[in-house]
Amino acid sequence: MIRLLLWLLGGILLGGVVHLASVLALPRTASQDAYSRLSPITPVNAFAALPVPSPDSAMLPFMDPAFAVAVCRYDVTNAPVKVTSPVGQAYTSISFYTRFGIAYYAINDRAAGRRVIELDLMTAQQRNALPEDEEVTAADRLIVESPTPTGLVVLRVLSPEPGAMPLARGIVAAANCQPNPGS
Amino acid sequence: MRLVLGSFFAFLVAAVLGLGATWLALSKGTAFGAVTIGAWTAFPKNGTTEIDPYSRAFIARTGELPVGSGDGIAFLARADDQGRPFDGRCEFVVSGTTPPARFWTLTLYDPDGRLVANSLSRYGFTSQEIVRRSNGSFDIMVAPRARPGNWLPTAGVEHYVLVLRLYDSPVGVATRTGREASMPAISQGQCP
Repeated sequence: MIRLLLWLLGGILLGGVVHLASVLALPRTASQDAYSRLSPITPVNAFAALPVPSPDSAMLPFMDPAFAVAVCRYDVTNAPVKVTSPVGQAYTSISFYTRFGIAYYAINDRAAGRRVIELDLMTAQQRNALPEDEEVTAADRLIVESPTPTGLVVLRVLSPEPGAMPLARGIVAAANCQPNPGS
Repeated sequence: MRLVLGSFFAFLVAAVLGLGATWLALSKGTAFGAVTIGAWTAFPKNGTTEIDPYSRAFIARTGELPVGSGDGIAFLARADDQGRPFDGRCEFVVSGTTPPARFWTLTLYDPDGRLVANSLSRYGFTSQEIVRRSNGSFDIMVAPRARPGNWLPTAGVEHYVLVLRLYDSPVGVATRTGREASMPAISQGQCP
């Protein structure tokens, strides 16, 4: 009897380990996470506009239907990526997610403070390799450090009323995301 | 023989308990770092790199991308201020004012995050579309049948959730209570 209880206790303790390990491992094994869902329609290092969500189809759950959205699935392994986007009349934001969906940086048009948002996305090593003086001359350059070599850049342009959606989609279509070896 | 049987038993207990707890935690959602104001709950840390492992696993499974903290914050409600769960056959009124934000949107989803089909193709409101009183407060009627003013159709679905997103708002990781962020009240109206 005691022996059985000991085995049970061991099983419970091991169960705790299994629980923690499975929670930690899940993001790496998930096949339906945002990155996997978006991969079929997004080329690497280029913006692709997402269709406006509707009741029948949405690329991702809980998308805000008031926004025109474009996604750039980036890969900065070989070179930094330059992200540029004009800003909408109402509200524009650019959010950066790691390969596993962690929002590590987001900026809106007002925080960026200009008519065109321009960001240089790179790894920590690439940033350290930047020439010192260039860092000074480019003081107003926005540099974003990506914790993972791949991930998602999500551009969102608000359409404050349904009639403004074509305009918002036009802004999204004018955005750019491309490798920039020179930076 | 005893050793084999015993360890088999222990492994079985471990697998059932461990995976069961994981499944339970992920299907119920998690409550770490939640900010609850009235009927509304937000997880401000989900928009940062400090997101907890449970929320990470949860969003990896659902496939959603959380609103980044530099972008805004999303509050979700499943029930009114009295705790009565939303029912698309009843009327619920979202009224009052929102915390400071450059823009906000209110959207109705089914519990899985899909938009709900309706004859108007209206899935939500933005702060610019809302009809307000002279003091800036508003009423949004979430109801199955047409209402004057701000009508958000439920199409009669049994369960739904409301998501209020504040964009470019001081509300965020540092917010703790309703005194810092006055969220709109939610009350039940007519119910057949």
